[in-house]
Amino acid sequence: MLKRTDYLTRTYGKPEGWKLAAYEREYGGYQVAKRLLTTMSREQVVDEAKKANIRGRGGAGFPMGVKWSFMPKVVGAKPHYLVVNADEGEPGTHKDRTLMELNPHAVVEGCIIACYAIGAHVAYIYVRDELHLSKTRLWGAISEAKARGFLGKAPFGKDWEVEVYVHSGAGAYICGEETSMLNSIEGRRGEPRMKPPFPANAGAFGCPTTVNNLETIASVPAAFGLGCDEWSKLSALHTIGDGGVRLYGINGHVKKPGVVELAVGPTFNELIHDIGGGVLGDKAIMCVIPGGSSTPVLRPSETVNAPDPKSPMHPHHGKSVFDVPLGVETMRQCGTMLGTCCVTVIAEGTDPVWCMQNLMQFYGHESCGQCTPCREGSAWLHLVCTKLLDGEATKEELDSLHDIANGIMGNTICAFGEGTAMPALAFLQKFRPEFEAYVKGARKRADAKLTVEPWS
Amino acid sequence: MPFALSPERERELQQILERYPTKMAATLPLLHLCQEQNGWISDEVIEFVSQRLDVSTAHVQGVVTFYTLYNRKPVGKHQVWVCRTLPCALRGGYDVLAYCEKKLGVHAGETTPDGKITLRTAECLASCGTGPMMQVDKDYHENLTRERVDAILAKLSE
Repeated sequence: MLKRTDYLTRTYGKPEGWKLAAYEREYGGYQVAKRLLTTMSREQVVDEAKKANIRGRGGAGFPMGVKWSFMPKVVGAKPHYLVVNADEGEPGTHKDRTLMELNPHAVVEGCIIACYAIGAHVAYIYVRDELHLSKTRLWGAISEAKARGFLGKAPFGKDWEVEVYVHSGAGAYICGEETSMLNSIEGRRGEPRMKPPFPANAGAFGCPTTVNNLETIASVPAAFGLGCDEWSKLSALHTIGDGGVRLYGINGHVKKPGVVELAVGPTFNELIHDIGGGVLGDKAIMCVIPGGSSTPVLRPSETVNAPDPKSPMHPHHGKSVFDVPLGVETMRQCGTMLGTCCVTVIAEGTDPVWCMQNLMQFYGHESCGQCTPCREGSAWLHLVCTKLLDGEATKEELDSLHDIANGIMGNTICAFGEGTAMPALAFLQKFRPEFEAYVKGARKRADAKLTVEPWS
Repeated sequence: MPFALSPERERELQQILERYPTKMAATLPLLHLCQEQNGWISDEVIEFVSQRLDVSTAHVQGVVTFYTLYNRKPVGKHQVWVCRTLPCALRGGYDVLAYCEKKLGVHAGETTPDGKITLRTAECLASCGTGPMMQVDKDYHENLTRERVDAILAKLSE
């Protein structure tokens, strides 16, 4: 059952909902941060945060509280930093932008709490440069909070200085990768770093750093406001460590695309039909991209195979993957990833080869070029897909796509390589007849479609 | 002629420098400031940034060429970025691009002869629920129809 909530989105659609006045009216305004800073120790905040079971909202799904606990317990000679990842640019992902534009104070309040918990005095919110309205709204919220003494030398009278700054990117998808983001904040090319050392040991400016997604941080005041245990239980999947509510995006071939807030655990079918209003032209669904273009596609005909009663997926045994509650673990068991929870719906009749070619062009363009397998591999995937579409590729070249993708997997510094190869392999496996049809000349680019209705 | 920031932007630079523990960290924000004033990143701008932040020109050049949004060549008065990535393409992104190319008489990456508009393609702009879309300078224009594109381009050509 879909459970619509408004823990993050209460100010959406309200007049000047991004201003402090609205945040105070709807949420009480910074009362949670005040209570935590003045009555709880840093360790208590981290312990409590773990109970919220907030899985990182940026795509990897790492538990937020656990990540916080990796930071050194005592702040030594090196200062600690909080970096908030708002470099939203994964194709199909459009949720963080709504928070920055419509509820920026939740982000700022989350920064205060997170800074305190991890021992930091400075937070950098890394926003991609294109999101000018988001940056303006965040700066506006920061200056309102500062004027009221919620930020600065002693927030709420507590001797724990917190400053929040917005740092603008300059057009590079890879800067959403956490170590690349750190390089970019330091004023360098956004090339990922080798791990270890992990950011909790050596992050921004060589100092201990926590990098959290923007929605993750914005969820913090709401989770503590409700009580982290209670917050976790809002989710249908809290028993498997996936708690709370989150933003779900729906885009592509649906009648009503958009972003909504729901308790964790809706199914694809619920999102597509109850939220998205069904498929354009009432077509059947060819596939969905679960949460950003790096997550492998799923087709409605795929079913869950978990006959073992001990398997956590056993309750869904035999069901379509479209009827499984969306969670970090459940999607992993379905052979894909939850990612950012923004679902791209692709209707029957769309050309899957063209879809893959479009995505490979994206990855070819955005590879930072540091690792050869990724730089060359992503460019070749794009090139061969284009040749296929143009009817110029041989069967050997089609087969070479598998080799190229497998040659990237596991051979790169960061996860961009897997993020390119995994969706490529999924398209190749799940749409083999369509790819072969291009080799045989049975399909032609001139007949290929991406839209349901012609654009007008 | 050597490049220099306007007094107002010079003040902004001082604020930026206070935010970071190193001068180098101001590389991206300072390049944005310079481009705002100059329209593009010339060799003189690179020299200026290198001197102000005590970093090598090679470092600045490396940064400039890494990031898509720094222009290494002069561009038109307005930048029109059409999103071409899949979620927009599923709603007609390629058609929007083709329509703009036809209307403006230039290909993506080129500037109109009167110097007013540079047409470019963008990778996903985080506006997938409201596609197809384009960014014009700092503003997003979403749920584009032929009529809306006509109105937007007409206003830019004025």
